[in-house]
Amino acid sequence: MTVTHAASRASRAGSPARRPLNKRPSRRGAETRAGYAFLAPWLLGFIALTAGPMVASAYLSFTDYHPIRGGDWIGFDNYTRIFDDPRFADSVKLTLEYAVIGTPIKLAAALGVAMLLNNRRRGQGTYRSVFYAPSLIGASVSIAIVWRAMFNDDGIVDKTGQIFGMDEGGWIGNPDRSLPMMIMLAVWQFGAPMVIFLAGLKQIPDELYEAAQMDGAGAVRRFLRITLPMLSPVLFFNLVLETIHSFQIFASAFIISNGTGGPANSTLFYTVYLYQRGFGQGQLGFAAAMAWLLVIAVALITLVFFRTSRYWVFYGEGR
Amino acid sequence: MTTISQGAAPTAAAPRVPDGTSRRRAGRRRAGRTAAYHLAIWVLGIIMLYPGLWLLLSAFRPSNQIVGETGLIPDDTTLDNFKTVFEGIGGVSFWTFFMNSVYLGVGSAVGICLSCSVTAYAFSRIEFPGRGLFFTIMIGTLMLPFHVLIIPQFIMFNEIGWTDTYWPLLIGKFLAADAFFVFLMTQFMRTVPKSLDESARIDGAGHLRIYWSIMLPLMRPVLATASIFAFIWSWNDFMGPLIYLRSPDKYPLPMMLRQYADQTSTSDYGAQMAAALLALAPVIVFFVLFQRYIVEGVSTQGLRG
Repeated sequence: MTVTHAASRASRAGSPARRPLNKRPSRRGAETRAGYAFLAPWLLGFIALTAGPMVASAYLSFTDYHPIRGGDWIGFDNYTRIFDDPRFADSVKLTLEYAVIGTPIKLAAALGVAMLLNNRRRGQGTYRSVFYAPSLIGASVSIAIVWRAMFNDDGIVDKTGQIFGMDEGGWIGNPDRSLPMMIMLAVWQFGAPMVIFLAGLKQIPDELYEAAQMDGAGAVRRFLRITLPMLSPVLFFNLVLETIHSFQIFASAFIISNGTGGPANSTLFYTVYLYQRGFGQGQLGFAAAMAWLLVIAVALITLVFFRTSRYWVFYGEGR
Repeated sequence: MTTISQGAAPTAAAPRVPDGTSRRRAGRRRAGRTAAYHLAIWVLGIIMLYPGLWLLLSAFRPSNQIVGETGLIPDDTTLDNFKTVFEGIGGVSFWTFFMNSVYLGVGSAVGICLSCSVTAYAFSRIEFPGRGLFFTIMIGTLMLPFHVLIIPQFIMFNEIGWTDTYWPLLIGKFLAADAFFVFLMTQFMRTVPKSLDESARIDGAGHLRIYWSIMLPLMRPVLATASIFAFIWSWNDFMGPLIYLRSPDKYPLPMMLRQYADQTSTSDYGAQMAAALLALAPVIVFFVLFQRYIVEGVSTQGLRG
């Protein structure tokens, strides 16, 4: 579990340095200098590219900054305008629906296929690679173009849908079908969480299943009582990562809608709208406020995940 | 696709039934179930690969036969689409876009390998006050949505006069701004026995020497994983170039694709498909060649696609 490891590593790194007895204090000064010399690139990057910009964007969110005109302090105006903005509300609603519907489907597909692949039959390596491949390319512009062609009027998806009695008409340009189409694109990329699930499944000792089978537990019971609890740390990791990831969808929606977020705001994901406001219309202050709201939302959601995790994430005995 | 079959030998459970006929029947039943299993996986696999196969074959179809076609096998094949793409778009040749993508990808990979390994060395091998704090901060930036950074960064790079150059896209890679790779490499270095560098220190080697002559060679596997992912992420990146690049002759492939995709009025689907395929091809080649590193990277490090 990367997240928890990170935390424990962090605390270990913070423990007081064990100083070998034969080393004199001057040696320690040299170590400190060397440490900061090696850390210098990261430290510079952190100050100039992360910490500085974070503060700057908080400041900018209280101005009406424009790339050419510059900006003035306008207090909370951006924030009040954001909450009065119907397009903002649409983009939040769309992004939340995408995350809340898409992520569970994607994770369920990932877990299902991972369980199918978790055995000693031949060809597992190839299958795993084939199912993983879409994750590597799914967010690219190329795939967005493919998706747009496949879901267009008379495209294959339209024609296949008609066989199953769906109304004629492409999914592109139909506001009701945009979200399902984008969710299908997300679910198609279930390979990354699947590979992580598969690694988790391999960690579950066979003896647990054997013992359960001996006690007469059926497949459903074994899944609910062994697989799910034993896998819950991995599930937690995937859930946090995929949820945050789903807030950041950009290229596919941008390409499919030609940057408009249309029709009827049905592909106006949060980041697409942020881009439109900030870089399309030059309202960098407004966009900065949107970006900060996103940070707060992500932080809150992560916090909720971590807080509730103690009720459903099973870290084994003695932790 | 090359196969890495792991644990391929089907270690069948010890036959419980000594009786010959029922064993044979059980064996047949098992074979039947195995066949059904592989069939199910294959059907799923074909669904997963369908968009890719469809792209591959559409690129060879006449432009007006693309969208309506459901089948995979084209009636007519043509190379016109590729001809159109190789002619370039907006007066810029395809290879210019391609090489721009290569520069950015290689630059990203080199930058990340150098800067993140140096940083990881500091975190795992040197004891200095503040290390724990900085490590925690570094981990904290893992979860940070980068959107909060792009606006001030844009203003800053604009002020320095770096818009329409590759600097804004590469500088972060050379300053270890990708916390994930730092974390990955720190984890790896912690598995290298300390006794190695301690004996080097006794022989009088400094940190720079140990980093360069001992650590870097040992880190080859993790550097390979990091460069592959760095390259592919940079290759697929769209938002960065969209924000910073203005001149079409500096565009990487995703921006070229956008130009094709934008021209919906002409709707030359053939050219779009050929361009999309050509842009994707290196990633697919990379994947086939390095799938072990890639899939292992995902499964052991939680790297994402």
